[in-house]
Amino acid sequence: MLAIGLSHYLTVGAILFVLGILGIFLNRKNIIVILMSVELILLSVNLNLVAFSAQLGDLTGQIFAMLILTVAAAEAAIGLAIVVIHFRNRGTIEVDDVSTLRG
Amino acid sequence: MIAAIAFYLFAAVLIASAVMVVTSRNPVHSVLFLILAFFNAAALFLLAGAEFLAMILVIVYVGAVAVLFLFVVMMLDVDFSAVREGFQRYAPIGGAVGLVLFAELIFVFGSWTFADDAAGLRLNPMMPGADNTREIGRILYTDYVWLFQLSGLILLVAMIGAIVLTLRNKPVAKRQDIGKQVSRMGSVNLRQVRSGAGLAELGIERPPVDAPPAPKQVEHHGGGHH
Repeated sequence: MLAIGLSHYLTVGAILFVLGILGIFLNRKNIIVILMSVELILLSVNLNLVAFSAQLGDLTGQIFAMLILTVAAAEAAIGLAIVVIHFRNRGTIEVDDVSTLRG
Repeated sequence: MIAAIAFYLFAAVLIASAVMVVTSRNPVHSVLFLILAFFNAAALFLLAGAEFLAMILVIVYVGAVAVLFLFVVMMLDVDFSAVREGFQRYAPIGGAVGLVLFAELIFVFGSWTFADDAAGLRLNPMMPGADNTREIGRILYTDYVWLFQLSGLILLVAMIGAIVLTLRNKPVAKRQDIGKQVSRMGSVNLRQVRSGAGLAELGIERPPVDAPPAPKQVEHHGGGHH
């Protein structure tokens, strides 16, 4: 059982999620900060899963949170690898420049 | 009481550092605030009783992901002031979308309750007084072993993908070039060879090999040592 009410955790998770979305909008050109914002969004999802898991006394949510953590780590690794090779090829990481294939 | 104070403290620092992550001028500061956010999220997990996940969060996120971000931000020589422009332009629409999203989330949370038989529908109810880590290990390696294997597979694919993506072609690396092999003329040809003669008789296709030179006879100089 949670020491703090479930709604507090959900509010923190919602604020974190909105901040992640806002980060994607604000840093439209900087793909590294966009990746960090995605990490924040996944963190807020994990926070919600853990809060529900603690509230209900069910461990399944924590298992799900572990899977999300794994996926987030893999996503960060691949995303940063793509950023590195894109920077190597083009010399910039501006997202607006990634339109070479557009006809 | 002390738990409530700790919760509000950690939540406030978490949200403040998340704000700094998305608004910071320098991406290195963003990464450092991201690390702070992860630490505070781990503290919130601890308050919720998920000790194992809190420690995993610190190890995986702070130890691996944030350091990876830090490496990339510091390695790439990016002109961040050029990347930064457009910040003001997208702020209103981003704020509007964020506000709508937040309102929707609050409506969802406000109008939602647990089912009456939620306690009976639990898949893996926590035993009172049981260790969090021991319980997770008990169900992770039995009921959710395929999920565990899937996590390993995801990490393997990510590892192979990251290596393949960042592998640079070195000129000294020996690689198979199929086009070069197929278009190679002169050294490979087709010849009709009498049946049974190809391998047995020298001189049909293979040039006769010179006999190995006989070992030099050791000459004796009368037994004297030089």
